[in-house]
Amino acid sequence: MDLFRAHVLVCGGTGCTSSGSAELIARFEEQIAKNGLDKEVKVIRTGCFGLCEAGPVVIVYPEGTFYSRIRVEDVDEIVSEHLLKGRTVQHLVYKEKAAEEEQHATLENIDFYRPQMRLALRNCGVIDPENIDEYIAFDGYKALAKVLTEWKPEDVIKEMIDSGLRGRGGGGFPTGKKWQFAAASKADQKYIICNADEGDPGAFMDRSILEGDPHSVIEAMAIGGYAIGATEGYVYVRAEYPIAVKRLQLAIDQAREYGLLGKNIFGSGFDFDMYIRLGAGAFVCGEETALMRSIEGGRGEPTPKPPFPAVRGLFDKPSNINNVETYANIPLIINKGADWFKSIGTPGNSGTKVFALGGKINNTGLVEVPMGTPLRDVIYKIGGGIPNGKAFKAVQTGGPSGGCIPAEHLDIAIDYDSLTSIGSMMGSGGMIVMDEDNCMVDIARFFLDFTVDESCGKCTPCRIGTKRMLEILERITEGKGEEGDIEKLEALANNIKSTALCGLGQTAPNPVLSTLKYFRSEYEAHIKEKRCPAHHCQKLLNYEITDKCRGCTACARVCPVNAITGSVKEMHHIDTTKCIKCGSCMEKCRFGAIVKN
Amino acid sequence: MSNHNEKYEKLAEVIKAHKEQKGALMPVLQEAQNIFGCVSEDVQKIIAEGLGVTLSEVYGVATFYSQFSLQPKGQYVAGVCLGTACYVKNSQKVLDKLCSELGIQPGQTTADGLFTVQATRCLGACGLAPVMMINDDVYGRLTEAEVPAIIAKYKAS
Repeated sequence: MDLFRAHVLVCGGTGCTSSGSAELIARFEEQIAKNGLDKEVKVIRTGCFGLCEAGPVVIVYPEGTFYSRIRVEDVDEIVSEHLLKGRTVQHLVYKEKAAEEEQHATLENIDFYRPQMRLALRNCGVIDPENIDEYIAFDGYKALAKVLTEWKPEDVIKEMIDSGLRGRGGGGFPTGKKWQFAAASKADQKYIICNADEGDPGAFMDRSILEGDPHSVIEAMAIGGYAIGATEGYVYVRAEYPIAVKRLQLAIDQAREYGLLGKNIFGSGFDFDMYIRLGAGAFVCGEETALMRSIEGGRGEPTPKPPFPAVRGLFDKPSNINNVETYANIPLIINKGADWFKSIGTPGNSGTKVFALGGKINNTGLVEVPMGTPLRDVIYKIGGGIPNGKAFKAVQTGGPSGGCIPAEHLDIAIDYDSLTSIGSMMGSGGMIVMDEDNCMVDIARFFLDFTVDESCGKCTPCRIGTKRMLEILERITEGKGEEGDIEKLEALANNIKSTALCGLGQTAPNPVLSTLKYFRSEYEAHIKEKRCPAHHCQKLLNYEITDKCRGCTACARVCPVNAITGSVKEMHHIDTTKCIKCGSCMEKCRFGAIVKN
Repeated sequence: MSNHNEKYEKLAEVIKAHKEQKGALMPVLQEAQNIFGCVSEDVQKIIAEGLGVTLSEVYGVATFYSQFSLQPKGQYVAGVCLGTACYVKNSQKVLDKLCSELGIQPGQTTADGLFTVQATRCLGACGLAPVMMINDDVYGRLTEAEVPAIIAKYKAS
């Protein structure tokens, strides 16, 4: 094996690929060869580094220099300066927004990474996900070997129960208990399933794990298969994740080639193989019973529980289903022990959680922190706060099933139970930050619009109830809200919560209930005063020209409905009866003379 | 015409390859859509016969999932992400501008068959929000003002 003096790690996650990292890799390889360094420097395409905001990201080892927002034109300079002459290219190094002086940014000393603890993401951005040898070099398949050669299935289940690992898909059900139920079912065939149908908007940790460390999921599923007595596994992945699908398939093929999947693994007599099934764009398929119907080739409609999957699941056989991030933790727990895992996080909430931080935040990206980390630390220390000097308003967790958390709860320690207690939920880990410009009624409407679109239509409360809620919310945001609408929303929400068939319907009213709880005055302003306090809802806005107007006529010319009148060099005027509130005039005005209220 | 027949031959192969597999309908529909660009009624009939299931079952599955299309899509499929991270950064305005530029609504295709507009689910490129994709090209950190120039580029090519 060749030894290289330097490694150039280029992020090949979806975010960085979208901003051109594939071209960077090609250019690096070309320039490195041109400078005769191809025996000394190796370029590796890794999984996601997490700091998507700074993408495309390039890290050069052994120094660990962190270069951000690299363009193809920058590559030549990094090769000729850093790799050839050993001089860091300062102007391309990542700079923290608050940093005043030049710093030598590395993964260890950037604020974004310092409070983090990367367990599930341990190999993302570290290894080449398309090379099984790199995974093996980082203790890969060691846990599977240990389990198959030294442990009995019940030992594995006990270790999982002791570790306190809870389902990272959002439900938070203890993984060990789930395995115990599936193991207790007697059948000629059982299945183990990985839920990679990551549908929550704004959540992309499962995709990043599949893209950056696919073998960890394969290894964990084999361990789970051994524990419950399943010899076949299925991974159900969203079709919207082409890179993840490709790398996972490659990883499965490599594992088969190495005898880590197939017959008689590690000479233990245990057989296990697994297959990928693609979703086809249905959010409800993230619900476990719907997901299994979809693997069977049917419409992805949920079925009532009981019977639980552990008793009758895929193809009517006992099945166990966990999410990607849950699986990614399992090899670590086996290798390092349940006690070690339990020592991280808070009692009853062991380990870490990955969050996808997005929206109005400086450092967008993937973040992994121990359970119990204060929400404020995630948003301000790691996330770097709110851009453009705006005020924090709320953070939305749990996607369409979750809720909005206001500033007064910023000091809450994040775990499953604390988030539920304030009307939100962990969910899969999307964390969308909103600032003063976001209207909370509109956000509730946005989520209901999503749910109505994605409701499978099988049960009445979800099919009709969410539609009625959406209609009310649409009226309110259009200025047609009526006295009594809030009460109607609450009554509908509580009905749907207690009567819908599956998790999608039961949690669909949460965005409305939580915004009503914390931002009720915004609803009231829309309904009673026909006013949107965040100046977001178009139909409730009034544009006005102030005396800063110089009479340049730019606004009058851009107005599509000729609602603006006025002579050259004189103050203009908007006819509010004609105005369609498109906002074009405000964008065009160079003097800040147009205001909306 | 030969191209046409080739597609049907390919479909027959796909059906043969999956026939014995459990839960074959979804993978077959997915491959059929890759071959034809959509799953029209005649393709659904062939799949139903080939897999030995009823046409209503095939139709039920094809219409349940948003990824399957019963009509052909435009040469360029422009999808604006309406995931939460993009939405809070005004992707709705980008979508509205795209629709008004092309004179169609989300889900529709222009009369010349050039563009289909879609409001897509989260693409997971939240760091680039708001995001639009046209076929495989990604446009990130967009404002609605940039939309006309992007459209013009595809019209010219």
